[in-house]
Amino acid sequence: MATGAYALSFGALSVTAGLSVLETCALSLLMFTGASQFAFIGVVGAGGNAWAGAATAALLGTRNGLYGMRLAAILQARGLKRFAAAHFIIDETTAMAIARETPADSRYAYWSTAIALFCLWNLGTLIGALATHALPDPKVLGLDAAPPAAFLALLAPRLRGREPVAIALAAALLVLVLRPFLPQGVPLLVIAVLVALTGLRPR
Amino acid sequence: MTLWTPLLAACAACYVIKLAGLSLPERILADERIQRVVPLLPVALLAALIATSTFATGRHVVIDARAAALLVAAVAVLLRAPFLLVVAAGAATAALLRLL
Repeated sequence: MATGAYALSFGALSVTAGLSVLETCALSLLMFTGASQFAFIGVVGAGGNAWAGAATAALLGTRNGLYGMRLAAILQARGLKRFAAAHFIIDETTAMAIARETPADSRYAYWSTAIALFCLWNLGTLIGALATHALPDPKVLGLDAAPPAAFLALLAPRLRGREPVAIALAAALLVLVLRPFLPQGVPLLVIAVLVALTGLRPR
Repeated sequence: MTLWTPLLAACAACYVIKLAGLSLPERILADERIQRVVPLLPVALLAALIATSTFATGRHVVIDARAAALLVAAVAVLLRAPFLLVVAAGAATAALLRLL
């Protein structure tokens, strides 16, 4: 149910950001990773370069690569099945799969969560997008002011400890400082490079 | 320029990252630096996205109804409200302020 509600808000915000219902549904079908989808529509909706939005979405999706690594041993997916399994690697399916005791239970948890979430996510997106599309002006409901709230809800669970909080504050400040000097959306990529550089320096 | 090209490229990139995680040898991704950087990327990017979507209009930094919406959303997050409620609280705040 939570996934359906999350998807409803994605559909609504995506159409408010100026995407068509078809583009919105394509994101949920083909990208299928929430934070990246919100980032893409966030950058596009703010008038930023869509390629900067695409890069931001990909960077936010890098954590799915680490999830994939943890799932590889559990899922043991070979051949075509691996190509199918890859599409559903997100926070929720990973969490469900690694919480199980035996590989067989893990695989069952992975695939059942994947199918249920994929259906709910896409259905919720479609309903949210269609409902918002039917509105004369989504601004009357304040929907154009909602992306910060969505990003905050995505960020909050990751703010455990001092380092993430410090990085979040620095990134927020820096993006506003850089903004007048760079094309819209590009400061986000500068920040990603800086995070990579600080993390990659030898200790 | 159509939005479809970057949109589909982003979808492809996100899929390739997932597939790479499932397929690459573990020692590449288990590298300590990658393990350290990757979880920090969403933190920095989401925080930056909050800042721009709240305070920026074109090239200017402004404080308007969106800042109040963020504040109310933050309270909702602290109260552990579900995602949809956080978003709805933010939207409703902006809508109300604009009516005033």
